[in-house]
Amino acid sequence: MDDGRDKLRKWVLIIVMHLLAVAAWQAWITLGEVEPYIMPAPLDTFATLLEYKEYAWVHNTLITSASVFGGFWLAVVVGVTLAVLFSWSRWLNDAFMPLIVSLNMIPKVALGPIFIVWFSYGLGPNILIAFSICFLPILITTSRGLGEVEPELIDLVRTLRASRWQIFTKIQLPGALPFIFSGMKVAVVLAVAGAIVGEFIASEEGLGYLMMQVQVTLDTAGMFMAVLMITAVGVSLYAIVLLLERLLVVSDARME
Amino acid sequence: MNSQPSFIRLDGVRKVYRGRREDFLAVSDVTFDVQAGELVSMVGPSGCGKTTVLKILAGLHSHEEGSVRIGSEADKFDPARDIGMVFQQPLLLKWRNVLDNVLLPAEILGLNMAEARDRAGHLLDMVGLSGFAESYPYELSGGMQQRAAIARALVHDPKLILMDEPFGALDALTREKMNLELLRIWGESGKTIVFVTHGIQEAVFLGSRVVVLTAGPARMADNFLVELPYPRTLDMKTQETFGDYTRRIYKLLGME
Repeated sequence: MDDGRDKLRKWVLIIVMHLLAVAAWQAWITLGEVEPYIMPAPLDTFATLLEYKEYAWVHNTLITSASVFGGFWLAVVVGVTLAVLFSWSRWLNDAFMPLIVSLNMIPKVALGPIFIVWFSYGLGPNILIAFSICFLPILITTSRGLGEVEPELIDLVRTLRASRWQIFTKIQLPGALPFIFSGMKVAVVLAVAGAIVGEFIASEEGLGYLMMQVQVTLDTAGMFMAVLMITAVGVSLYAIVLLLERLLVVSDARME
Repeated sequence: MNSQPSFIRLDGVRKVYRGRREDFLAVSDVTFDVQAGELVSMVGPSGCGKTTVLKILAGLHSHEEGSVRIGSEADKFDPARDIGMVFQQPLLLKWRNVLDNVLLPAEILGLNMAEARDRAGHLLDMVGLSGFAESYPYELSGGMQQRAAIARALVHDPKLILMDEPFGALDALTREKMNLELLRIWGESGKTIVFVTHGIQEAVFLGSRVVVLTAGPARMADNFLVELPYPRTLDMKTQETFGDYTRRIYKLLGME
């Protein structure tokens, strides 16, 4: 089928473009004679993967994944729950939404040192930083999605004496799903940034912490590899979100 | 006249929307009867209150003066179960396929789903959507979506169908086709239909009775039987009687 061929072509293109980017990087280093401590070659970067003792890639990547995933899913649960509560109570919405928006103006990075005082070092504070930086977009998009119901559709089900719960489960929530997912996609990027910043300042493990460690010895290859691993963590979370969206949202309703 | 009590009786109905600064007269002087099995067209310009009357019949709006009675001792009417609504927009849930959309009222009312499924299948045949049960709304044309909406309005076997400009968003040709389809469906289902439109030709062509409302002030201006035989055909529109009826309405609306 043409559809299958289109898909194959798309995937081939994606892989080719990524490989080309790496090749261009390698060519630039080789031809431009760039000092390795300024910019390592891709091959040197990948070589750091073999030195497990020094970098503990698996452990550090797991730690970072835990803060990214933890912060992200916590934000999804809290963001969606709050949005639902706000949609049920106008009063709650009017009372708390402005406060939350104001609180969101706090630069979350600045909270790092405070979180250290409160919670000491470790995974917990990092999850909290990732959470605090990415939960607002989810709250806002979900709120909007829950409100996007045609009033006439509500009329229609009101003539059938639909309960509030029925309206919520059959109409509002499924209708809001595309919005929730578009919020989640924005949140993935923020969660990764939040977790890494947390590890820069309030951690003794994780890829962010590793970067600070190897920076001291000008080990740019190690730093680059850490950046690549962080990216991979983000990409895998993004892929999970896309997959879930594919399962839960009818193609026509997806927001690209 | 008929010795049996009418199915619907509106008597001196008046509705005022209370505004902050001033009140707004939505409709007044609405007095008409609908016999069981009739198709009554309510026609008038925007702002004449025809949708308001429909919403009063649906139990979605209250009224200040006058009385509204639906059903009788012999012909009981349950407002939760006996109303089917169709609006200008199909208002299908885009994450549900056509069959599941049609089943929505049955789910809300908690009907026996096996029976409802059977019935929905027959209704899809009746509205000309056999073979589209598994399709999603975005795969259907506007006219087909509106057919699905009509099937949804019939699925819980209500006694009264309220239609608010159901073909207003369709192109002229599709609209004529849907008019004929509606007459056929009405003939097959034997339902009482109140059909709101701003199309004068449409009102006369469909209705066994036409109720005319005027704007400024919003009030009922006329109520007459259309004595054209069923089944109605498109060439009736060129007949003199048809022209007499439409002229009568144009005159009331001050357009002649």
